[in-house]
Amino acid sequence: MKLIVPIKRVLDYNVKPRVKSDGTGVDLANVKMSINPFDEIAVEEAVRLKEKGVATQVVVVSVGPAKAADVLRSALAMGADRAILVSTEDAVEPLAVAKILAAIAAEESPDLVILGKQAIDDDSNQVGQMLAALLGRPQGTFASKVEVADGAVLVTREVDGGLETVRLSLPAIITTDLRLNEPRYASLPNIMKAKSKPLATKTPGDYGVDTTPRLSVLKVAEPPVRSAGVKVADVDGLVAKLKELGVA
Amino acid sequence: MAVLVWAEHENAALKDATLSAVTAGAALGEVHLLVAGAGVGGVAQAASQIAGVAKVLQADDAAYAHGLAENVAPLIVGLMAGYDAFVAPATTTGKNIAPRVAALLDVAQVSEILSVEGPKTFTRPIYAGNAIATVESSDAKLVLTVRGTAFAKAGASGGAAVIEVVGTTGDAGLSSFVGAEIAKSERPELTSAKVIVSGGRALKDAETFAATILPLADKLGAAVGASRAAVDAGYVPNDYQVGQTGKIVAPEVYIAVGISGAIQHLAGMKDSKTIIAINKDEDAPIFQVADIGLVADLFTAVPDLVGKL
Repeated sequence: MKLIVPIKRVLDYNVKPRVKSDGTGVDLANVKMSINPFDEIAVEEAVRLKEKGVATQVVVVSVGPAKAADVLRSALAMGADRAILVSTEDAVEPLAVAKILAAIAAEESPDLVILGKQAIDDDSNQVGQMLAALLGRPQGTFASKVEVADGAVLVTREVDGGLETVRLSLPAIITTDLRLNEPRYASLPNIMKAKSKPLATKTPGDYGVDTTPRLSVLKVAEPPVRSAGVKVADVDGLVAKLKELGVA
Repeated sequence: MAVLVWAEHENAALKDATLSAVTAGAALGEVHLLVAGAGVGGVAQAASQIAGVAKVLQADDAAYAHGLAENVAPLIVGLMAGYDAFVAPATTTGKNIAPRVAALLDVAQVSEILSVEGPKTFTRPIYAGNAIATVESSDAKLVLTVRGTAFAKAGASGGAAVIEVVGTTGDAGLSSFVGAEIAKSERPELTSAKVIVSGGRALKDAETFAATILPLADKLGAAVGASRAAVDAGYVPNDYQVGQTGKIVAPEVYIAVGISGAIQHLAGMKDSKTIIAINKDEDAPIFQVADIGLVADLFTAVPDLVGKL
């Protein structure tokens, strides 16, 4: 069984985003960039499926700038076998990413594509569902548990009311939620080994995909600031406030 | 502009998220509500009463019972021939279905809109709400998901829409529903509660969380939430989580107990009307957004509060 794991290079989740003063976006100059946390969970899940003997090969893919090779190397160090970088310095919207991934899936014929439910930069939460649509395959989104059995995959999904389990025929697309697993740290020997694993570089044009944006960003602004209020001295003060609010 | 809005329901009752999506849709044009499910005659009746809805499309088929995206997306795509926009609430159901529809229509979806600024211009949060982007679509049709807390709820009554039964597309044969563990609770639902009491990592363990937070929630008739740290530590199930990766809430009163106020938690509750924080660390970031703060040990303050209410 072959797995494809698409990953994205994003602003590290520990870095506070700063809106550029000209309102054109968030400042990404000289800040730490990392693999999108949900995608790291996807890599971990794929590597675990390989370690269990369910999968035989894990291919990681990133659509992004040349520097996205760094996050691909990180995924190779976690245990992926080879990488494809679809290199472009332009911003690529989720629909175009899904089209590129669909073209790669047509070449590679994976049994499962596992990807993060959303990237923590644009928070779109679209690529997995769009890829499933373009391939005409089922989707198991927001997964907290994945079990492959008898030509199908059982996916437990985190939904608003609790958990839901669906059975998908293979090939299928899965998007990961936070509680699916806890990604490993790559060991130093594995980081060294990853440097010699194959990494192919392509362009969106190689897959015949037009990445011209459909959405234009008119402005990016800071959210409205909420100011701090008052402190009450004790529980009696809090009771009085709750009574004022009419909830007690 | 003709707007098709996805009605969120559980085959029995409409969910409040639908009402916010109707408001967002009405800002664009005439709203028709799609009620897809199994045995949804009652839901369609309720939907027809919603203020501002011109027509209800009822699609009844066993294949739609659990809202599987593989089965409902073809239905929506077929109907979209007669519409300019598809609008879904940004619930886990809406987030699952809308991008599948968008890709089939070859449209770039605009996720979790906060406001409608023009016929094709919207604001939406990026970077966990640390920035707000204004985006304009150039596609012929729109596909949007709507953040419920950002739009007023349309009136659940007062409307008189006609109900039209539409043809169904059946089972795509790709997926099936196996089961669900949906928490049953006497308490109000998190996303529609007027008062929420949320607990954080400071609650120590599941027993302490229950013994401390639940009596206060009971006194106030409140829903119970939690920070990601408390969920990850196993104090409560995942559906309690308030935050960027959990539920986005905006109640009248949000009481944060033993929650430090990580960015990702604030992103889920900072639109609450009044925020109350109880924390023993007076430098906790939660106090920077709280309207009312009490610096105290929660293990004495909360029982004391319950006793005095």
